[in-house]
Amino acid sequence: MRTGFAPARLGPPLTALILLAPVLFGLAGTFLPAFGYLPALGGSGFSLDPVRDLVSQPAILRSSLISLWTGLATTVLSLSVVVLFVGSWRGTLYFRRMAATISPLLAIPHAAAAFGLAFLIAPSGFLIRLISPQLTGFDRPPDVLIVHDGLGLTMIAGLIVKEIPFLFLVTLSAMTQIRSEETRRLAASMGYGRVVGFVFFEWPQIYRQIRLAVFAVVAFSTSVADVSLILGPTLPGTLSVRLITWMNDPDLTGRFMASAGAVLQLLITCLALLLWLLGEKCVAMVVRLLRDKGRRLRRDGYARAIGLAMMLCAAAAVFGGLVVLALWSVAGLWAFPETMPKSFTMANWARALPGIGEPLAVTVVTGLLATLIALFLTIACLEREWEVGRGVGNRALFFIYLPLIIPQLSFVFGLQVLAVSMGLDASFTALVGVHLVFVLPYVFLSLADPWRAFDARYDHIAAGLGQSRRRVLLRIRLPMLLRAVLTAAAVGFSVSVAQYLPTLLIGAGRLTTVTSEAVALASGGNRRIIGIYALLQSLLPFVGFVIAYGVPALLFRHRRALRH
Amino acid sequence: MQHMSMIGLHLSGIEIRLADTLLIALEAHVHPGTVLTVMGPSGSGKSTLLAYIGGFLDPVFAARGRVRIDGVDLTVLKPEDRRTGLLFQDALLFPHLSVGANIAFAIPQAVRSRRQRRALAEAALQEVGLDGMYDRDPETLSGGQKARVALQRVLVSKPRLLLLDEPFSKLDMALRAQTRALVFSKAADAGLPVVLVTHDKADAEAAGGSVFSLGDENGI
Repeated sequence: MRTGFAPARLGPPLTALILLAPVLFGLAGTFLPAFGYLPALGGSGFSLDPVRDLVSQPAILRSSLISLWTGLATTVLSLSVVVLFVGSWRGTLYFRRMAATISPLLAIPHAAAAFGLAFLIAPSGFLIRLISPQLTGFDRPPDVLIVHDGLGLTMIAGLIVKEIPFLFLVTLSAMTQIRSEETRRLAASMGYGRVVGFVFFEWPQIYRQIRLAVFAVVAFSTSVADVSLILGPTLPGTLSVRLITWMNDPDLTGRFMASAGAVLQLLITCLALLLWLLGEKCVAMVVRLLRDKGRRLRRDGYARAIGLAMMLCAAAAVFGGLVVLALWSVAGLWAFPETMPKSFTMANWARALPGIGEPLAVTVVTGLLATLIALFLTIACLEREWEVGRGVGNRALFFIYLPLIIPQLSFVFGLQVLAVSMGLDASFTALVGVHLVFVLPYVFLSLADPWRAFDARYDHIAAGLGQSRRRVLLRIRLPMLLRAVLTAAAVGFSVSVAQYLPTLLIGAGRLTTVTSEAVALASGGNRRIIGIYALLQSLLPFVGFVIAYGVPALLFRHRRALRH
Repeated sequence: MQHMSMIGLHLSGIEIRLADTLLIALEAHVHPGTVLTVMGPSGSGKSTLLAYIGGFLDPVFAARGRVRIDGVDLTVLKPEDRRTGLLFQDALLFPHLSVGANIAFAIPQAVRSRRQRRALAEAALQEVGLDGMYDRDPETLSGGQKARVALQRVLVSKPRLLLLDEPFSKLDMALRAQTRALVFSKAADAGLPVVLVTHDKADAEAAGGSVFSLGDENGI
């Protein structure tokens, strides 16, 4: 009869509410206007007009297909690279180094990574400048469409560099749950090549564990808006980009069609998930066929090289992009084809500072509040779980992933409609609330394993010493789990910093964050100011992780057992 | 005047099951200062008895039976009110607290002044020959030293009884005898009933009290 901390009982129901209610209400707020029902704007009955308006928009099918294609391509390529790399290099020194290098990449917001990539590979970008005019003979930027290319290849690249680290880390954590080392040795002893041994024997179990995370990647990349605005095709753009324009249309009657569009986005994502499920079956069949034939495929040197090269490229693209952003932020005159700016100056920052103040404050305060609330709820849930035993676990996962698998566009828009009709839009509370919906899952996922792995005997001993559960939590568990808690907080904070759509829609232009401002600047083409905003966007999460690493290191500098 | 059977630890009708298997069925009385040894091979579920008495039995087990100490029924109390002192195989000193702070943490809340608490903790350390180690990092202590700190930590909390889960098995032979003697003599001095779970016959012999054996696989 374990007794927990009484307030913890509120944790699970509140958490379920915060994860479920916005999604359900948001979807309702999207579906109803899509079929004509929105009393506030005079829509009082069922009507197919919004759908008809949507269908008659130019190139709507093409936009939908671009979204579908880029989403699926991103997921397939990211996953393949991860499988290739992990299969080739697990257990080696490269692997551990790569794991350490990859973690910080997760903290960098998608938009910042996308900006960095744009500055690297654009026709007037850093890479071309590096080799011009010596190798290419260019003294003007070539007239080639790289960023905003029609097939969305650049956008796919911009998404891949962020999804690879995400899937890699999820895979790593899944690998600790299966007996990776022994299986690998067994496969090797039977003569299987490294990669093939991995795919045949370890991957099926790993995949089963990371499946929800992969679905989240599919959902995200088919409906992403900020990366699409920065790198994606234009005329027509992806469905998400077009929807944003309609959602922010000052002519409110456009809301009906925008809602219909949001429903279409949901359908596209569902279609992508269905195709993915189909693909899973096909791949599983092929793998089984090959495995049953006993194909050893030992000569996988090329595959292993490609795996490593791709991982390095992804890391280089993000880090390199950040460096280029930094260069632009302090660049004086920097004409093509100079590799470096002719002069450096802080004038750009001085000019930008007055305007940054408010978005920066909103970003930091929203992030801190959303993260703190998420931490309280997560710890309450985990404590309740400890009290009653693990039954809560797997059902919880469904709730946790729900806001990550339903496209943001499809329900945040509905929330905006609701917020407007309740007079809550552009309110700070609503902004923190909507950020919380996305911060909570990541904080939970980050803290759950370390919390559950904590040796419960410490709890039992402390209780036996006569200490109340509250005292044990505050004086024993939390201090000992400090690094894990701060890391989860850093993860949550970086998720909040990176949010674009929720800020755009709920902030309604009056509450802006560094991210929403940065993406708004994308169309302006002013590289210096974009560099400043994108850099700030990346620095904020970085500070969070420095604190998460540094505070325990400082507090426990005389405690050997806690200094890992 | 208290009836003899009300003093000490009284276990009656204890039955612990996992699904349909009966792991433990026990009826015993442990006088203050004496030891009940529960012996059995690893995995036989002997630790579940300690968990039941201490109030942290995993919900997958079904358990019933009365646990009374000096007339107080422990099974209706929250774990933190039972004051059942625990010693595990590992000393499990709290790594973020100093050696002395580990002990001070266990001093009952009734002692309010920080100076008093520190003094009590220092005295406890002195008793087991760890003078002047108050501010040390627990991780820098040897296994035997850690075991002594863990013992003092539990004794300082004025427990009603001691529950020992194979606490000597990680110590080397010479240390084992020494630590055993220390634990049993201190328990006797404090008049505490002790339940010792072990698979080592030497422990049972040193304990000198009654022995309950969990025979083979199905327990009884």
